[in-house]
Amino acid sequence: MAGKTLYDKLWDSHVVRQEEDGTCLLYIDRHLMHEVTSPQAFEGLRLAGRKAWRSSSIVAVPDHNTPTNHWDRDIEDPISKAQVDTLDANIKEFGALVYFPFKHANQGIIHVIAPENGATLPGMTVVCGDSHTATHGAFGALAHGIGTSEVEHVLATQTLVQKKSRAMLIKVEGQLGAGVTAKDVALAIIGKIGTAGGTGYCIEFAGSAIRGLSMEGRMTVCNLAIEAGARAGIIAADDTTVAYLQGRTHAPKGADWDKAVAYWKTLHSDADAKFDAVVEIPAASIEPQITWGTSPEQVLAVGGTVPNPAKEADPVKRASIERALQYMGLQADMKLTDITIDKVFIGSCTNSRIEDMRAAAAVVKGKKVAANVKLALAVPGSGIVKRQAEAEGLDKIFIAAGFEWREPGCSMCLAMNADRLSAGERCASTSNRNFEGRQGPGGRTHLVSPAMAAAAAIAGHFVDIRQA
Amino acid sequence: MKAFTRLNGLVCPLDRTNVDTDAIIPKQFLKSIKRSGFGPFLFDEWRYTNYGEPGMDCTNRPKNPDFVLNQPRYQGAQVLIARDNFGCGSSREHAPWAIEDYGFRVIIAPSFADIFFSNTYKNGLLPIVASAEIVDRLFKECAASEGYKLDVDLEAQTVTTPSGFSFKFDITPHRKHCMLNGLDEIGLTLVHAEEIKAFEAKHKAAQPWLFA
Ligand code: SF4
Repeated sequence: MAGKTLYDKLWDSHVVRQEEDGTCLLYIDRHLMHEVTSPQAFEGLRLAGRKAWRSSSIVAVPDHNTPTNHWDRDIEDPISKAQVDTLDANIKEFGALVYFPFKHANQGIIHVIAPENGATLPGMTVVCGDSHTATHGAFGALAHGIGTSEVEHVLATQTLVQKKSRAMLIKVEGQLGAGVTAKDVALAIIGKIGTAGGTGYCIEFAGSAIRGLSMEGRMTVCNLAIEAGARAGIIAADDTTVAYLQGRTHAPKGADWDKAVAYWKTLHSDADAKFDAVVEIPAASIEPQITWGTSPEQVLAVGGTVPNPAKEADPVKRASIERALQYMGLQADMKLTDITIDKVFIGSCTNSRIEDMRAAAAVVKGKKVAANVKLALAVPGSGIVKRQAEAEGLDKIFIAAGFEWREPGCSMCLAMNADRLSAGERCASTSNRNFEGRQGPGGRTHLVSPAMAAAAAIAGHFVDIRQA
Repeated sequence: MKAFTRLNGLVCPLDRTNVDTDAIIPKQFLKSIKRSGFGPFLFDEWRYTNYGEPGMDCTNRPKNPDFVLNQPRYQGAQVLIARDNFGCGSSREHAPWAIEDYGFRVIIAPSFADIFFSNTYKNGLLPIVASAEIVDRLFKECAASEGYKLDVDLEAQTVTTPSGFSFKFDITPHRKHCMLNGLDEIGLTLVHAEEIKAFEAKHKAAQPWLFA
């Protein structure tokens, strides 16, 4: 018998029952929640007269609608406020292990706060009504996004009805070049396999370049698994994982800690495990990346030029390039480094951790944001990240360079609060989606790493971070 | 959930790849705490030329005449056809809610994003995966004949065109059973509550820290 993949191990250890057609009832250890995708689930529970099965599995925070400045003015948009108030009321009624309401010192983006509070652990099943739940796979947990009906299902039954996905291995071996970050690795992978390349798969990221990443970097990689179409991305837990978790609020303590660590060490793919697909990308081949279109797969190395639809033979692809260029207001064949920007956003669950803030601050230190850049935002992912950054003086570096240093939240990643692009504005963004209108109607998004975004802020146009 | 058995429905072609859930229902509408009322805002940024806000009356908003949903021949459509990777992006279930609320009951595409795909079933909306060749044929036939309808039979798992061409589609027995009967999945799962409790006790004994 062939060995087991990490995915097999995580899956098998959570199957409550299996139907003949392979459909399983999967036990859920951790239920993460934010204000946008949970109200209808709680409402459904109430209407059916059901209780929450195990509210101590819940970690919740409002993050999408919360403003990132003027907290003294509370939430000014009444519809946003109603949604946040609804989460407050639902948690009060049903309970939770962790709840950081708006303005709590530890509030932040759900995918940032769960790990930093030790609430995401190896071997867990983690779900959230949010596609970027894939982030938590960085800890060797099986983590994926679910819809609101499934949120209700987990609330009521602590399980999910699921069919097993196929397993894909993406191996990045070797050493990453200077200026090449976890974000570039993830974008290069999406560029290679496409936004549907991982559909129907759980992706395990492996190889020496992945093992060499910090937990922050690993979270960035897994976070973007969903942009490659995979519901879940996982990385086996190792010493880096264990060191990160030790001492965190909800991490195991005492004898449990030793037992847990011993168990976590068994959670890796066996040497003879079979994968349904294997993709290998040499680390040395990855360059700093930048998206030019309206899908994360429309990405190129920074030294490239905007694609020319006339050179594309496939009519469906040609049409999508043409549409993207028109929306993005770009000329075919122009150099990516000639693209000028209006705004800069450093933040989101992809890149708002302390390491991201440090990388961006290092680039802007002692410099000034270019005159054509109307707004440069640095938005830490949580209160804990914010305080750490301030203790290191990063806030002062950003502010001196002309950035705004904001309160934590999703912010301009999806523009549900006041932080957004106006029509036609172009943004260098460290977030995860460059879809039409994602950062504001008519807004144009280019996805890049924190260092690349910071360098673009200073130059006013994209630059190769290796030459900045 | 609404049951789905059989439908003979008008087809609307959305000739795009990677239609993401942000496009299906833009974020400003996610502020709602309800499950209904999203239909008028389906594809809001493509459908209207002004900016949509939740709670707006859409009857007098300026429409984009080029967008398929606004063309007279597709009014009342119940079957949506699209290209690869339909429903990618955000997990928002507001996307299938909006599509269903507008009046669609079936979406046919060569591929769907995973989360969107499972979200559709929970809302009485049937996603059908067909080969790129078949989908291309449907697009061509639909363009060529006004009033183009498809017959979708869930029991038989078939789709039939007006000319009599027919193809089969896959669906898991569990999903088929739930859809045909309009069953509440939570109720079905709770039948196994004792098994869940037994699993939980065992799981807790092995990894107590998960329950701390
Ligand atoms: S930061 Fe962006 S992608 Fe992440 S949870 Fe918030 S809105 Fe979603």
